[in-house]
Amino acid sequence: MIDPHLHHVPRLGRHPSRFRLEATPIVTVLLGSLLTTLPVIAQSPIMPPFGLLLLLSWRLLRPELWRAWIGVPLGLFDDMTSGQPIGSAMFLWTVALIAIDAIEPRMVWRSYRQDWLIAALAIIFCISGGLFFARITGGGSVRFLLILPQMVWTILLFPFVVRQCARIDRWRVMA
Amino acid sequence: MARPPSRRPGLNRRAQYSLFASYVVALTGAAVGLLLIVIAIFDPTGFSALRIAAAEIGRPASVTMKGMVSGVASVDEVLASYWRAGSQNVALRRQVEADRNRIIEAKAVAQENLRLKKLLKLVDEDSSDLLAARLIASSSSSARRFARLNAGSWQGVRAGMPVRAPEGLIGRVHSTTPNSSDVLLLTDASNIVPVRRAADNIPAISTGLGDGSVEIRALSAGRNPFKPGDLLVTSGIGGVYQPNIPVAVVVRAQGEIAYGVPLANPARVDAVVVERIFEEAVTRPGPAATPVANESVPANAAAAP
Repeated sequence: MIDPHLHHVPRLGRHPSRFRLEATPIVTVLLGSLLTTLPVIAQSPIMPPFGLLLLLSWRLLRPELWRAWIGVPLGLFDDMTSGQPIGSAMFLWTVALIAIDAIEPRMVWRSYRQDWLIAALAIIFCISGGLFFARITGGGSVRFLLILPQMVWTILLFPFVVRQCARIDRWRVMA
Repeated sequence: MARPPSRRPGLNRRAQYSLFASYVVALTGAAVGLLLIVIAIFDPTGFSALRIAAAEIGRPASVTMKGMVSGVASVDEVLASYWRAGSQNVALRRQVEADRNRIIEAKAVAQENLRLKKLLKLVDEDSSDLLAARLIASSSSSARRFARLNAGSWQGVRAGMPVRAPEGLIGRVHSTTPNSSDVLLLTDASNIVPVRRAADNIPAISTGLGDGSVEIRALSAGRNPFKPGDLLVTSGIGGVYQPNIPVAVVVRAQGEIAYGVPLANPARVDAVVVERIFEEAVTRPGPAATPVANESVPANAAAAP
């Protein structure tokens, strides 16, 4: 569960509680989804989907943390806050997680760059899939060009979010 | 760097079954999500009840933060107004002089209007305002353009009600939860508003483009009658919006389409007013109301005037 070299560092012999180990990643993703409650009245899709970014960060940072079904409840919550039709992130996030599971054993070398590439593909899939679902559920004909900026800076933001996730993760596993 | 540890469970049967079951659950969940989308194609507001929990959780946070940042949003405007303050001051003073005469004329016209209406025995009681509330959040990461309003079904807001600001139209209520509601903004690509040119009643239809502007198509055949600078107001056709709410100003005409910018910027307005649906507001006093066409057929209805 925990990295072997971290087994021996809890301060003063304490171990992190089970609740902290399990709930921290979930809570951060939920908070990421809730960032749409910021009082910003946007005129175009500008804000990166932080819920998705955090989900991908945790998944790529800690492959053993979650099974693919975690995309269903987390996606449902994201749909409730994001304004997308319900079921959109539920489907897209789960499919992205299953795809990552399928790709992972086939890659021989893994480094930070491969993680970024995987995340970029997942972000492109989820944002354009979200646009497609918004279109077919009565969203009118929104041009694809409109979501390109959002896509670009979501991908550029990924390294930063991973870094923050790693920082939270260190706090999570150390009591 | 080598690949991360494998997730293959090896020979352990229980671990194999557990991994398999997790994929079954994941695929079922994804299929349910797809099913919900298919349902939403036919009934876009069907599962909005699911949003109640999230909306009620998020509302207090949004309201608190809105109170803190309402001054910040207009900082750029304040800074920009210092630029060329002197020459602007002179220009504005001249403008005020010119406007004063117009106001006197307008007062006279209003009085004359009142007199003529009395002659016609028109009852013009303005009972369309329902309540004033603030926009507290929006779907900033989605391709749809929704804003969350800090008033819901417990305050009497119903789906379909028009929402406007003093400057102009904001949109209409899409779905409601007990204490908040989602407003479909004017710039959403699915929001179609029947409008007319304020100067000469040329009917048109405004559709959002999703990027903060709207697309205006004239209903009359022939070449595009709109020029940059034209002011568009709601025509009242369709029975949702009251007539004469300012909507947008045309900035560019290209081929058969004109592009406009909404007059009311939802990010900048302080409070918005929820109005009753025009049809209801007109028909409530008595049956002697104007016949109102269905919104889905504004084309043939608007061609009449």
